[in-house]
Amino acid sequence: MKNIKYIAIMALGLVACEPELDNSIEDAGFYSAGTADFSNFVSVGNSLTAGYADGTVYLEGQRYSYPNILADKFSHVGGGLFTQPLVNDNLGGLTLGGSLIADTRLVLTGNPLGPDNLAGTPTTEISNILIGPFNNVGVPGAKSFHLLSDSYGDISGVATGTANPYFVRMASSSSATMLGDAIAQNPTFFSLWIGNNDILSFATSGGVGIDQTGNLNAATYGGNDITDPTLFHGTYDAILSGLTTNGAKGVVMNLPSVTSIPYFTTVPHNPIPLDAATAGFLNSASAYGAYNAGIQGAFAYLVSISAISAADANLEIAKRTIVFSESEDNSLVIMDENLTDLTGISPLLISMRQATDADFILLTTLPVIGTLAVEGDPTSVIGVGVPLNDSQVLTESEVTMVANAQTAYNNSISMLAAANDDVVLVDVKTAMERLANGGLSSNGVTITDEYATGGGFSLDGVHPSARGYAFIANIVLERINTEFNATIPVTNTGNYPTTYID
Amino acid sequence: MKKLLSFVLFFLAGSTLYAGGYRVSIQGQKQLAMGHTGVAVISSAESVFFNPASISFLDGKMNFSLGVSGIIAETKFENKEFGDTNSTESGLATPFNFYATYKANDWLSFGLGIYTPYGSSVEWEKDWSGSHLVNDIDLKAIFVQPTVAVKISDKLSIGGGPIYVNGSVNFNKNLNRSLVDVNGNRTNVTVEQKNISAWGYTFGVMLKPIEKLNIGFNYRSKVIVKAENGDADFQNVPSNLPNNLADGNFDAELPLPAEITVGLSYEFCDKFLFAFDYNFAQWSEYEALVVEFDNDAGVSTSPRNYKDAETYRLGLQYEATKKITVRTGVYFDQSPVQDGYFAPETPRNDSVGYTGGLSYKVNDKLSIDASFLYLHFEEIDNSYDHYQEGGQNVPFSGTYKSSVIAPGIGLSYKL
Repeated sequence: MKNIKYIAIMALGLVACEPELDNSIEDAGFYSAGTADFSNFVSVGNSLTAGYADGTVYLEGQRYSYPNILADKFSHVGGGLFTQPLVNDNLGGLTLGGSLIADTRLVLTGNPLGPDNLAGTPTTEISNILIGPFNNVGVPGAKSFHLLSDSYGDISGVATGTANPYFVRMASSSSATMLGDAIAQNPTFFSLWIGNNDILSFATSGGVGIDQTGNLNAATYGGNDITDPTLFHGTYDAILSGLTTNGAKGVVMNLPSVTSIPYFTTVPHNPIPLDAATAGFLNSASAYGAYNAGIQGAFAYLVSISAISAADANLEIAKRTIVFSESEDNSLVIMDENLTDLTGISPLLISMRQATDADFILLTTLPVIGTLAVEGDPTSVIGVGVPLNDSQVLTESEVTMVANAQTAYNNSISMLAAANDDVVLVDVKTAMERLANGGLSSNGVTITDEYATGGGFSLDGVHPSARGYAFIANIVLERINTEFNATIPVTNTGNYPTTYID
Repeated sequence: MKKLLSFVLFFLAGSTLYAGGYRVSIQGQKQLAMGHTGVAVISSAESVFFNPASISFLDGKMNFSLGVSGIIAETKFENKEFGDTNSTESGLATPFNFYATYKANDWLSFGLGIYTPYGSSVEWEKDWSGSHLVNDIDLKAIFVQPTVAVKISDKLSIGGGPIYVNGSVNFNKNLNRSLVDVNGNRTNVTVEQKNISAWGYTFGVMLKPIEKLNIGFNYRSKVIVKAENGDADFQNVPSNLPNNLADGNFDAELPLPAEITVGLSYEFCDKFLFAFDYNFAQWSEYEALVVEFDNDAGVSTSPRNYKDAETYRLGLQYEATKKITVRTGVYFDQSPVQDGYFAPETPRNDSVGYTGGLSYKVNDKLSIDASFLYLHFEEIDNSYDHYQEGGQNVPFSGTYKSSVIAPGIGLSYKL
């Protein structure tokens, strides 16, 4: 019977079995929040904050949104719950009153593998208004001035474009503003990444919008326009003032070059293979030979009436002369509204030229290149016999408009951040340049900007992959650790998915 | 006997084992209490395992020992860079042993042992940060050892026998660090095979040069457990993945290394017995875990590069009263795992075992044996550096700390 006693004593020993680490990360104070307070973290921005990827918002994407990754790490230094306006499923897409208003996510599918929308019907109905507040105030499509708009969450404006379906479903009321909903949460720490769409929508539309520089009235802007930099500056100042009102600290992120993303860099300007006979025909007088001769004649006339200098005329003649050769890499023929309009001289002398490496062919243009504009007409090959139109190419002059606005916005962001001791600038722009020039590496993985295979971007060619967002989160964390004297752990980028295969 | 065997197999089917390497040194309650010494100890039927030669010197016509331990093992893992914290599930594992000896005549004895010297059961949280190396693993090996011993003189005996091994393996890991299906479920593979048969042998020598002093030697051969055409079950594979990851078969093999033990025991002050054992296990046999799949997963090679490992054991026994004998012991167990090869499927560094126990004599024939083991591990920073992705090594590192306790109970019966 003594044994039973003995065994009982031993059984008590079992309770004390759990191994304990001497200096465990679970011990209070192992990691430090430094001079910041992460107890209530609110993240404000656009699609890049929402975790948008593969052309939509879906659950996996939200799980890997950069602020959600940050919040997970903040939990080691007193960070609280981080709520997101979760969608219904992993299909993505939206409906309004049962009608499809945004398509499902892109996945790699089929044989051979290629990007396509995931089969299925979206189940996220935007008239199902969620009960917030949400720490993640990231609204896909939002431009800087939308954060201040009190009609942005009004469902009646979705059809006309004054409201945003993603904000409608998460707004605290139909007259709420994004900024107001963020401030109402009394954040102790915030992240702000806004302004991308102020240039991006112009760029992804192939520059069909207008550069509104000089126009301060956002109400008159079209969806694809470039926001005036002065308006941007004032708007950004107001947002930052609002977020820091209650003494919150935070990070602001600058804007990467839109032309460093696969949406613009995947399709080369010169993808046309031609044999000698076809090239010969295209150069002949029965094809572009006539156009080339017409250009020469037209500019000779314009010089003769002193409408243009001989030097400028020669430059434009060189630019507009269309020549094909027997090779694999003939340049596409594109429309360029920046060229001198010669249709008054001859309606056949439309504003077209061959693309150069300063032009960016949109990813969405890829499927139509080489197809026939007119069924059965072999001379109507798009990009060869028929020029690409304005919406299919971001031309050199449009790139310049985007770059000028980007530079101005980034100057504003730097200046406004520098003016506030509680705000730290995160230079995402430089990181994305490194991504596009050789890639970023950590934890045994390298991401590049190569479409579908580089691992850095999702299949929409604009938004990062989960792994891309993880890299961004680490860049933010490193800045926070440096500037706020914190010791927050980073995330293991090797553990994040890249491209999803159905 | 067949009935008994099937009872034992049934009992073990539900149990899992703990391993240093994947060796589990719990092969008898009496000897475990003495630091798992025993190569030179003549005390009970447990000698079938510890030194088959020594059964020649047992008292009584027949001896039986039956025992079981409950192992509670847990490992904690932390990675400070990423803030990861994980631990293994601590289920109850129950290694089991049964021994019988029969003295046919003055010089010839027979014995039988059924025991479980190898096994590993580690279950991490599903999809934890090291899930590309292991989610969970369950190795089992049951040894059945018929034994014969010959007493050459009153000072010398030899003994040995063949060993039949029945093993099984069940191992699940994620295919790599990031592959998921369209809903984000990690792509993983389970390999499983049961009832793998293998053979080995053991022999021993027992020398009694002077009164009260015994010297023993025991050799246990290596056993290669080969899984052939086992089941490979791939889960959450993206349906359009160009690589063929259909469910299929796998081949793999796992060495159970040869082990040499020498030791001595000495009786003093009438009631005391001191024992010392030295084990040498040829773990260097285990170079890599190679799993060959019959689909595009191909050949998966995980270098292990184990080194030979030594164990030093000390044990003490004291007959406190006519009814009660108490035992204690300590041992230093060197891990065969080398720096940079510290894989979370067997997260074992060097350890020190502290043991104790007692026997209570119910009558002249029957005694109850209790044992207790506490295995102490130092906290260790280590890594597994030989996992590859895209042709480059991707280390998996962190801080590990393990803890093991194992209370046990047994019966000895002498005729």
